[in-house]
Amino acid sequence: MLTVVLIVFPLLAGLLVLLTKGEQAKKIALTLSLIELAISVFTLLQFQINPDVQFLFDAPWISSLGIHFKVGMDGISLLLVLLTTVLVPLIILSSFKREIKNPNSFYSLVLIMQMALVGVFTAMDGFLFYIFWELALIPIWFICLLWGGENREKITFKFFIYTLAGSLLMLVGLIYLYLQTPAAHSFDIHALYAAGAGLSSSEQTWIFWALFAAFAIKMPVFPFHTWQPDTYTVAPTQGTMLLSGIMLKMGTYGLIRWLLPVVPAGVQEWGCCAMVLSVTGILYASVIAIMQKDFKRLIAYSSIAHVGLISAGIFSLTVQGLQGGMIQMLAHGINVVGLFFVVDVIFNRMHTQELSKLGGIRNIAPWFSTVFMVILLGSVALPLTNGFVGEFLLLNGVYQYNEWMAAFAGLTVILGAVYMLRSYQQMMLGETNALTSAFTDLTFHEKAVFIPIVILIIAMGIYPKPVLDIAEPSILKIIELIHPANTL
Amino acid sequence: MKTLYILTALGVIAMLAEMFRFKKFLFPIVLFGLLGGIAAALKDWNTNIHYFSNMMTFDNYGILFAILICATAFLWLLMSQDFFISESSKTDHYALVLFSLCGALLMVSYSNMVMLFLGIEILSIPMYVLAGSKKDDLSSNESALKYFLMGAFATGFLLFGIALVYGACGTFDIGVLATYLGSPQSVSGWMGPRGETLLNAGILMMLVGLSFKVAAVPFHFWTPDVYEGAPTPVTAFMSTIVKTAAFAAFLRLFLTCFAGHGVIWTNVIWMLAALSILLGNITAVYQNSVKRMLAYSSISHAGYMLLAILTSGTMSAGAIVYYSAAYSVATLGAFTVLSITEKTSPANESSAVTFNSFAGFSKRNPFLAFAMTVYMLSLAGIPPLAGFFGKYYLFTAALQSGYAWLVLIAALGSLIGVYYYFRVIIKMYSPASSPASAAEEKNTLSFEKIGLNQKLLFILTVCLALVLGTFPDLIIGLL
Repeated sequence: MLTVVLIVFPLLAGLLVLLTKGEQAKKIALTLSLIELAISVFTLLQFQINPDVQFLFDAPWISSLGIHFKVGMDGISLLLVLLTTVLVPLIILSSFKREIKNPNSFYSLVLIMQMALVGVFTAMDGFLFYIFWELALIPIWFICLLWGGENREKITFKFFIYTLAGSLLMLVGLIYLYLQTPAAHSFDIHALYAAGAGLSSSEQTWIFWALFAAFAIKMPVFPFHTWQPDTYTVAPTQGTMLLSGIMLKMGTYGLIRWLLPVVPAGVQEWGCCAMVLSVTGILYASVIAIMQKDFKRLIAYSSIAHVGLISAGIFSLTVQGLQGGMIQMLAHGINVVGLFFVVDVIFNRMHTQELSKLGGIRNIAPWFSTVFMVILLGSVALPLTNGFVGEFLLLNGVYQYNEWMAAFAGLTVILGAVYMLRSYQQMMLGETNALTSAFTDLTFHEKAVFIPIVILIIAMGIYPKPVLDIAEPSILKIIELIHPANTL
Repeated sequence: MKTLYILTALGVIAMLAEMFRFKKFLFPIVLFGLLGGIAAALKDWNTNIHYFSNMMTFDNYGILFAILICATAFLWLLMSQDFFISESSKTDHYALVLFSLCGALLMVSYSNMVMLFLGIEILSIPMYVLAGSKKDDLSSNESALKYFLMGAFATGFLLFGIALVYGACGTFDIGVLATYLGSPQSVSGWMGPRGETLLNAGILMMLVGLSFKVAAVPFHFWTPDVYEGAPTPVTAFMSTIVKTAAFAAFLRLFLTCFAGHGVIWTNVIWMLAALSILLGNITAVYQNSVKRMLAYSSISHAGYMLLAILTSGTMSAGAIVYYSAAYSVATLGAFTVLSITEKTSPANESSAVTFNSFAGFSKRNPFLAFAMTVYMLSLAGIPPLAGFFGKYYLFTAALQSGYAWLVLIAALGSLIGVYYYFRVIIKMYSPASSPASAAEEKNTLSFEKIGLNQKLLFILTVCLALVLGTFPDLIIGLL
C-alpha cells in the first residue's frame, strides 16, 4: 500500500498545485514534495533487507487482458525511489529565487513527473511499466517546451520523437513477450521472465535489440545520444536536473529489471555489442567534453560518459558491475543535479556559461567555490566521495568481463579529471575579471540546496555500505536469473 | 430496434417542425431523442432479436455500435448547433442528419447483404447533400459533387460484388452464407471452380466498395477534397459516424462470412492497411491546412483499423468498437476547436485554418488549448489517453495473428503521426506571430464566448478520452 501512496501522492499534489496562484505555488510544491520524501524515508525504515518485492500492491486493472496494477519495491526500486524523492525537493528548492512564468503549471508538471518516475521504478507489470514510462515523457517535454531557451521547439521535438521511437519498439517487444505467456496472457514481470527465457535465440535477439533501443535512447548510450546535449542545454535548469538526475536512470533501471532477466540468452549473445557501444560512448563523450566551451554542454557530455560506464558495468553481468551501477546511479543523480545547479548559479549572476569569459570567482565567493569543488571531486571519483565507490566497482566488474574494455573504460577517470578540473581552473581560479567581480556568494536558498548535496556526496563516499546492503539481495537474484542461461 | 424507430420518428418530426412552427424546440427534442435511442438500445442488450424475416439482427455487436453511433451523434449535435442556426433551412439539416443516422444503424446491424446496401445508401445520400450545404461556397459544391460521384462509383462496386457473391452462393443472408462457405463441400461441391471465381471476384469487389467508404489508400483520393470543402461540422460527421458505421459493416461481413476464405483477401487488406498507414501519415506531414491534415490523419486511422479486420479474431470486434470510440471522441473535439478557430480567425472566409493560425492559442484561450492538446495526444496515441489503448489493442491483436511486420509499419506510422499532431501543440504553446492581432483576438476567443453546448462537449470529450484510456475494460470487456 505504501508504494501506491508514493505514486498517488505526487499526482494529487500536482493537481493541487495547479489550483494555486502565483508565488504560493513554490512553497506548496516544496512542502508537498517534502511530505513525499518523508513517506519514502518511512518506507526505508520499514524495508527489510531481503530479495523479495515488498510493499506489494496487486489489483486487476484491465482484467480481460490480464493486466494488473502491480507495484512493489525491492532494494533496487527502493533506492531509485529514494533518489527521486530526495532530488525533487532539491530541484524545486533550486528554483526558489528564480523567476518562472506560470509557476503553478510548472510545479504541477514537476510533481506529475515525479509520480511517473516513482511509477516506473516500482511497476511490476509490463504494461503498467510502459504506461509510466511514456507518462514521464509528457510533463518533461512540456517543461522543456514552455520554459526552455532558444530554438526549443525543434530541439524538444527531436527529443520527443527520439524517445518515442525507442518506446514504440519496446512496446512491440513487450507485446510479443506478452503473447508468449501461457493462455489468458499476463504482463506480470515473472510471467514475462519465464516467457522470455523460453524463446529461441533469434527471437531473443530481436527482443533484446527492441528493448535495448528504448533504454539506450533514454540513457543515452552512443550512438543514440544525439538528442541529449541540445536538450540539456535548451531545457530550463530544473528540466535538465530532472532529465539528467532522475529520468536518465529510467534507462539504466530498465536494463537491470526489464532487459537482463527477460532475455538472458539474447544478453549473453549480444551483450558484447552493447558493451562496446557503451565503452565507445565513454571515450567519445569524454573527448568531446574536453573540447566544450560552454559549461552546461560540457556537463551534458560528461553525463553521457558517466552513463556509458554505468551501462558497461551492467552489461558485465557481474555482481560488482551491477552493484557499482546501482551506487553510481545514485551518485551520478546527486552530482549532476549539483553540477547543473552550479551552472544555474553562475548563469543567473553572469548571464553566461562560457568558460573563457569567467575566471577568479574563488577569490570573491568562498562558499560557492568550496561546494563546487566537493561536487566536482565527487564527479571525478576522488576516493572518499560517492563517485569513487561507484566507478571502482563498475571498473572492477568490467575488468572481470574483459581487461581491454576495462582499460578503455578506465580512461574516463583520467579524461573526466581533465575536463572537470580544467573547467574549474578556468572559471574559479585565476584573475577576477570585470564580469566576475560582480559575483555574489551563495544566498540562503542556494546553500539550502547545496548543503544536502555535499553531505550526501561525502557520506556516501565514506560509508556506502547501507546502500550496497539494500541493493545486494535483489542484484543477486537478478544475476541468478541470468545465469541458468549461462550453464545451458 | 426501437432505436431505429426513434430516429426515424425524429427525422419525420424534424421535417414537420417548419410546418408547425416549433423549430426552436427542435434542438432539445433531437438531443433527448438520441438519449432515448441510447436507452432503448441498452434495453435490447443480450436479446439478440431478428427482424424483418432475418434482414436485421440486433445482437450485442450491433447494439454496441448503435449506442456508439447515437452517443457520437449526441456529441456531434453539441458541437454543431451553430451549423443549424446559421443556415436558412435548418430543419432540412436536422432531417438529413437523422436519416443518415438511420442508415448508419442499418449498417451496423444488417444480417442480409441487401440491407447492407440499403444502409450505405441511406447513410450516404443525405451526406452528399449536407456536404454541399454551403450553397454559395464553390468548394462546398465541389466537395458534394466529388463525394457523390465517388460514392456512387463505390456503391456500384459493392452492389456488383454482392451480385457476384449471390451468383456463386445463391443467398443474400450472411448467416446462411457463412454456413455455406464454412462447409467443406461448398467449393468442391456444386459451386465448382467457376463458382469459386465468381465468389472471389465478388469478395474483392465488395472489399473495394467498402474500402472507398472507409477511405483506405488507394481508394482515398476523394477524402482530402471532400473533407476540406464540406462545412466543418459535416466533415466531423463524416470522419466519425460515417467511418464508424462503415467499419462496423466491413468487419461484420468479413468476420461472419469470409473469415474462412482468407486466402483471397488477407494479402489485399495487408497492403491496404500498410499503404493507408504510411501514405496517410506521410502526406499529413506535408499539409498546411489543419483540416486537410485531419483528413489525411483519418486515412491513416482507417489503416490502423484495417488491422482489426485483417486479424478477424475474437479481439477484432472489441478493437474496432474501442478504436472508433477513442478516435471519434478526439476527432470531434479537434473539429470543434477547428470550427471555433475558423469563426474567429480574422482572415477572409475562403482561406483555410493553417497551423500558423494556432500560434499563441494557449495565451488566448488556455482551456481550449488544453483540450486540443488532449485530443492531439490521444490521436497520436500517447498514454494514458484512449488513443493509446486503441492502438495497443490493435497491435496486440495483429501480433497475435502473426502480422509482426505490419505492426512494425504501424508503429513507424504512429511515430510519423506524432510529428503533425505535435506540430499543432507546439504552435499553440509558442508565442503569437504578431502581438497586435493577439490582443485583438483575445476578445473574440474568450472562454465566455464559447457556447454552453460546446463547453459541455469539451468537458465530456476530455473526460471520455481520459476515462476510456484509463479503464478500457468499460468497452472492450463488453464484446
